[in-house]
Amino acid sequence: MKHTLFGALIAAALAVPAYAENYTIIAPAAPGGGWDQTARTMQEALQAEGISDTVQVQNVPGAGGTVGLAQFVAGAQGKPDQLIVGGYVMVGAILTNASPVSLADVTPIARLTGEYEAIVVPAASDIQDINGLIEALKADPGAVSWAGGSAGGADHIAVGLIAKAAGVDPTRINYIAYSGGGEALAAILGSQVTAGISSLGEFKAQADAGALRILAVSSDERIEGVDAPTLKEAGLDVALQNWRMVAAAPGITDEQKAAISADIDRMVQSKTWQDALATKGWANTYLAGADFQAQLDKDIAATGAILKDIGLVK
Amino acid sequence: MNTFDFLLQGLAVAMDPMILIYALIGVTLGTAVGVLPGIGPALTVALLLPVTYGLDPAGSLIMFAGIYYGGMYGGSTTSILLNTPGESASIVTALEGNKMARMGRGGPALATAAIGSFIAGLAATILLAFVAPTVVKLALVFGPRDYFALMVLAFVTVSSAFGESARKGLISLFVGLALALVGIDQLTGQARLSFGVPQLLDGIEVTTLAVAMFAVGEALFVAARRDTADDEVIAVKGSVWMTANDWARSWKPWLRGTIIGFPIGAMPAGGADIATFLSYAAEKRMSKHPEEFGHGAIEGVAGPEAANNASAAGTLVPLLTLGLPTTATAAIMLAGFQQFGLQPGPLLFATNPQLVWGLIASLLIANFMLLVLNLPLIGLWVRLLTIPRPWLYAGILVFATLGTIGANPSPVELSMLLIFGVMGYAMRLYGYPIAPVVVGLILGPMAEQQLRRALSISQGDLWTLVGSPVSATLLALSAIALIVPLILRARGKGKVLSQLASDED
Repeated sequence: MKHTLFGALIAAALAVPAYAENYTIIAPAAPGGGWDQTARTMQEALQAEGISDTVQVQNVPGAGGTVGLAQFVAGAQGKPDQLIVGGYVMVGAILTNASPVSLADVTPIARLTGEYEAIVVPAASDIQDINGLIEALKADPGAVSWAGGSAGGADHIAVGLIAKAAGVDPTRINYIAYSGGGEALAAILGSQVTAGISSLGEFKAQADAGALRILAVSSDERIEGVDAPTLKEAGLDVALQNWRMVAAAPGITDEQKAAISADIDRMVQSKTWQDALATKGWANTYLAGADFQAQLDKDIAATGAILKDIGLVK
Repeated sequence: MNTFDFLLQGLAVAMDPMILIYALIGVTLGTAVGVLPGIGPALTVALLLPVTYGLDPAGSLIMFAGIYYGGMYGGSTTSILLNTPGESASIVTALEGNKMARMGRGGPALATAAIGSFIAGLAATILLAFVAPTVVKLALVFGPRDYFALMVLAFVTVSSAFGESARKGLISLFVGLALALVGIDQLTGQARLSFGVPQLLDGIEVTTLAVAMFAVGEALFVAARRDTADDEVIAVKGSVWMTANDWARSWKPWLRGTIIGFPIGAMPAGGADIATFLSYAAEKRMSKHPEEFGHGAIEGVAGPEAANNASAAGTLVPLLTLGLPTTATAAIMLAGFQQFGLQPGPLLFATNPQLVWGLIASLLIANFMLLVLNLPLIGLWVRLLTIPRPWLYAGILVFATLGTIGANPSPVELSMLLIFGVMGYAMRLYGYPIAPVVVGLILGPMAEQQLRRALSISQGDLWTLVGSPVSATLLALSAIALIVPLILRARGKGKVLSQLASDED
């Protein structure tokens, strides 16, 4: 028994690349949010799978992640044991905050999970489907108030894209920013606004209970268990995923990057990670390497364009 | 099964010895961490979340509950004894509680806080069990214009309740309002007054300002005038326990605090801090001893502490019935639920009644544990004040700094702690009250955002502000609170005037 264990240990030691590190993961947000939970789930999976002995999570909250990102770029230069969690919201925040550092200053490793946006109205609303909402929007953009998360975030961007796709001037949308999906949900349930937009997960329970009506989702294909069309089916060429990713420090060597990518790949394939995704209801949208970099560049360009259209970035 | 059966069943689950041990661990950890200024219950629960992965749902939920309530209570201990509020909800407690502690009445102050927290927690948790679905409907009626009207009422009643002079109180309030403008504008995402410093983009952290003004400012003030012995701190004068008079003056504030705290906690954009402000203002107005306010009035501890805990229980109303986390701690408890594959929301009461009632029963147990743990310790806590003052204040400075770094490790945050500390010292030196600065920092952004949201929804129509029954009533109340004293003063009604003047200034 002992020998097999010892043998397994040696095999494991040989299998682990030379750069296996005791990682420190920066969660550029306060405890409790999506990025913090992503970082802590990674910590759990990396340790439980023996990929890394000890993993520390450090919260550096502020300004859509740009405070944490700036600190990471300054402090982690060339250190292969430093990781940072981030996401689509960071892309917008970098532009609206005129952040001195950007995602070009770090080494993106992989997209890990993602959530799609859902457009909802209260059950009592006169609006029955996405076409009804778009007609109202075309008739008088200001009269349609949208509740969603922070200004310039994924929800706001999605509304801008919808307006643009519908041929409505994006600067005229009446977007009411709330400090998170929860507060926005309360405003929607209380019929304080015309419609709401946020991650599907924020609305799912209320929709199942019949308090909200989901008009459309922002995915490419219909989502299982959700009785709503995609925006594309409704004739609006909009698809948007609010993704979360992990990035490594700037200035690391190609070998170091490859080793980190291998560690993350092992983590994503592991049972601990897959189970955690299932219990948290996160979609596995793992994308690594050149494909991820291409997707990232596309998202950055599209986000910059729409933020200019909405008028949040000059 | 009806509500009552479920609650009894939950209590039966929670009475298991192992569960009780989890509750005790949670309460102890929560109290210990709550005592550190700057580290609130949210950070504690986040750090301890992985520890509970191995526990069963009942065990880990009760530990959450213990940490949450323990953290809320730990903050009041340091507020009272050291004038160092650990989180924004215990700022008001420091006002009267610390004055009491300096006069040797720290024991009764801690006792009224502990018992008031217990009673409010008990009453509010029972309310949570029976009226949650109704309360949440009322809370949803509150739209931006109604919140704005509530903020106006809070400004009008609260700003007059602090300090000796209305002029100085208002100046302090406006300093707070000015500081509140720093950071990203929530509604447009544009930075204001951040001067290119990224750490300022999220605004000035309330706990940093509170710890700086109260603790650091106080330490500087004491150090600067150490030779004058005129306000000698007496550790214990008279009984450590509450006298019959203390009880008589405490029980009504406890109940009023509960009535104010629970519904405000249940509002998606409410908050424990607003509940404590309103409770303090209410107690000052209703007290038979308004002259004692500012000099250690026990009602000023009893009411806000009860409001604080009742509001914590109120927070669970939107969390359990709508899946809406309205505070950082509630957001982490939501993560705790999700860890067991549960989605809090309208269906939770129907699909997982055992767990919901188990949680509510856990809260009752945690609340009781807190009382058991803390009442015997009061005698020990007040001994803190017998520590020689140079050591005591050196210790406070160390804890204030550690807490700030722990919550937000950045040199900018530490610099703010120092700058605001010096500002707090200067304000003390010239007799300006500290609390309105913090009140302005908390209420300012809320009032501004809700006003702008309301006007954005109505597309600029100002009449929307009085367009709902709730907002019209609240604004009318504010107008009465503002105008009636002025009219009475103008008519020169001697007795009423002096009564109101002492209320107001």
